[in-house]
Amino acid sequence: MNAAATMAGHEMSHAWRGRVGMIGLIVAEASLFSVFVVAYLFYIGKSLNGPFPKEVLELPVLGTICLLSSSATVALGARALGRGDVRRAGLWLLVTVALGAIFVAGTAREWCELIWRHHLTIGANLFGTTFYPLVGLHASHVIAGLVMLGLCVVFAWTGALRPAHHERVEMVSWYWHFVDAVWVVVFTVVYVIGR
Amino acid sequence: MSTLSPTIAGEVRAGALERLHGWVTTVDHKRLGIMYVAAGLVFFVIAGLEASLMRLQLAWPGLEIVPPETFNRLFTMHGTSMVFLVGIPIVFGFGNYLVPLMIGARDLAFPRLNAFGFWVFLFGGLLLHFSVIGGEGLYGAGSAPAVGWFAYAPLTSQAFTPGNATDYWNLAVLVTGFGTIATAVNLVTTTLTMRGPGMTLGRMPIFVWIMLTVSAMTLLILPPLSAAQIMLLLDRYLGAHFFDTQAGGSAVMWQHFFWFFGHPEVYVLMLPGFGFVSEIIPVFSRKVIFGYPTLVAATVSIGAVALGTWAHHMFAVGLGAPITSVFAASTMLIAVPTGIKIFNWLGTMYGGKLRFKTPMLFCCAFLFQFLLAGLTGVMLAVAPFDWQLTDSYFVVAHFHFVLVGALVFTIFGAIYYWFPKVTGRLLSERLGRWHFWLFVIGFNVTFLTMHGQGVLGMPRRIYTYPADRGWELWNLVTTLGVPIQILGVAIFVLNVLFSLRRGAPAGDDPWDAWTLEWATTSPPPPYNFEVIPVTTSRRPLWDLKHPDDPDGPHE
Repeated sequence: MNAAATMAGHEMSHAWRGRVGMIGLIVAEASLFSVFVVAYLFYIGKSLNGPFPKEVLELPVLGTICLLSSSATVALGARALGRGDVRRAGLWLLVTVALGAIFVAGTAREWCELIWRHHLTIGANLFGTTFYPLVGLHASHVIAGLVMLGLCVVFAWTGALRPAHHERVEMVSWYWHFVDAVWVVVFTVVYVIGR
Repeated sequence: MSTLSPTIAGEVRAGALERLHGWVTTVDHKRLGIMYVAAGLVFFVIAGLEASLMRLQLAWPGLEIVPPETFNRLFTMHGTSMVFLVGIPIVFGFGNYLVPLMIGARDLAFPRLNAFGFWVFLFGGLLLHFSVIGGEGLYGAGSAPAVGWFAYAPLTSQAFTPGNATDYWNLAVLVTGFGTIATAVNLVTTTLTMRGPGMTLGRMPIFVWIMLTVSAMTLLILPPLSAAQIMLLLDRYLGAHFFDTQAGGSAVMWQHFFWFFGHPEVYVLMLPGFGFVSEIIPVFSRKVIFGYPTLVAATVSIGAVALGTWAHHMFAVGLGAPITSVFAASTMLIAVPTGIKIFNWLGTMYGGKLRFKTPMLFCCAFLFQFLLAGLTGVMLAVAPFDWQLTDSYFVVAHFHFVLVGALVFTIFGAIYYWFPKVTGRLLSERLGRWHFWLFVIGFNVTFLTMHGQGVLGMPRRIYTYPADRGWELWNLVTTLGVPIQILGVAIFVLNVLFSLRRGAPAGDDPWDAWTLEWATTSPPPPYNFEVIPVTTSRRPLWDLKHPDDPDGPHE
């Protein structure tokens, strides 16, 4: 038996299954988001009546800073777990959850403001029609990520999270990085180009 | 997971309820693959009968067999079912069953996700058919959806389709889409990370290459359809205006989103058909596949170019000369790799020792019919020609040549080819020949003729027509082909039911084939291979059978 041939296509480590699967999910999610982004770009400036983005949208600076920095904290958490430091990993993940929660709270406040003060609903005009689904789709992904990260934090407290789970937490962090990257696009499209 | 491997003795003792429990709770890729294909075939019969009713109505001018609104529901259910409940589950069911066996793996990467995908698909299929009862909703209007399988805006807005029928269509397709995306992730991961020893990418069977390509395509094209359907839901229930032209929205945007999915989808369905042919023709020609690298390259290029051809479904919208030209060109371009494949198959047969068993017969008919489908495809890519015949029966004939004349024929070939592996018994060759000849004759009587009334200007989706257009004879002949096809399919069903119990035992490798699924028993054990065979060339089983003359040095 040719040793090189044996190795060439041999089943890769288990970790790669998770990684390739997560990349597949991210590709699918990216194409889901891109359609909402395209719809948003296409309808910029086509609303027949107000409120218009220029009048009502404010830059979500605090939320953006929190969300983007949470990418660093989740990476630190995953790395700590890889080193076997469960306590530190739990702490970093907790910080990540807190930062993500601030972001979601910011979105909630923004939406309240838009709906009650500016009377911008999904049916008000094309801006509302495209704004809420795009930002909402992203926010729902943030919330899904928070649930996953929150579970990791709880598991870290109860002792269920072990260094052996490092690869799984790493996958959650990949998802979280993706959600962050989407926010960069959404921010650019909605708050920079769209305004 | 303990349900996975009951002992043989336990299987025999188990009652019907336990066996059912075994199937419902299974995460085995082979059982799920069988359930996918079986469910697909059941929906195939239902959707086929819907088409037969439509043909009966159109057999002669002025008939009143089905009322117009029922006719609209029939073509909507027929189209939606055939694409989402027949084509997709059958090709992905084959992928499910065959990919792990062909690459020397013991299951897919995520077995439970795989089970989720199947059950979600089945739920979607049942949801679509439940619309017949539930579609009236609170409005007392409608039953099954009647918006056509591509559900153009603004027909789908509440104003034009009140009731819940359109929502059943929307949710059913959305839900089956999630299942398909899950399966696609699974197949990509399995192919990339779980290949057996020696199974390099360059040695994978063509079918595996093709499933890898279509799974990757699925990840790119199905989520956009889901997104568009979410938008439609928001439009219908939360008062959003995505496709609402009254509020500045764009109905054409739905068309773009739908066809960005819809056209590549044709290749997602058709490429696995090419995969079946690429496995069957070499075995029945007793030659290696001709031009393996070009066949793989053609597959991947079809996958890539297919992402940029969607607007040829929209020439009649009036997209302007530049866009129309680009999409006409890309559509013609895709004929090049497709044509290359036809030469691959012909080159394989050329000089081979041909054995015309039933699987090979279906592949031969496929070659002729697919060539014709491709030629009418290139004709329709020419925008001015398309303007003349858009939405006519010429288009209907064209895509039925693709999806029936090519895809369904290859699926039948694949069933005859792999049935012995799956069940351990051969299908009857005699009934198989009856099935083949009746189906090939019935199909051509129906769909070759259909080009005729198309060129004469008969539009699709009309429920009847006046007698003075010169379409009568064409339509009558088209309809007369239907009973012949039904007879063929009935013989196929009988053949399956008969052979399941009484078919001749197949043995492990009835066709003297070369890919790894034939290296294990028929049916394969739950763990697929006792010892995973080592692959040393593109024909691992040839190498195992002929250690003195391995393929490797010739590749």
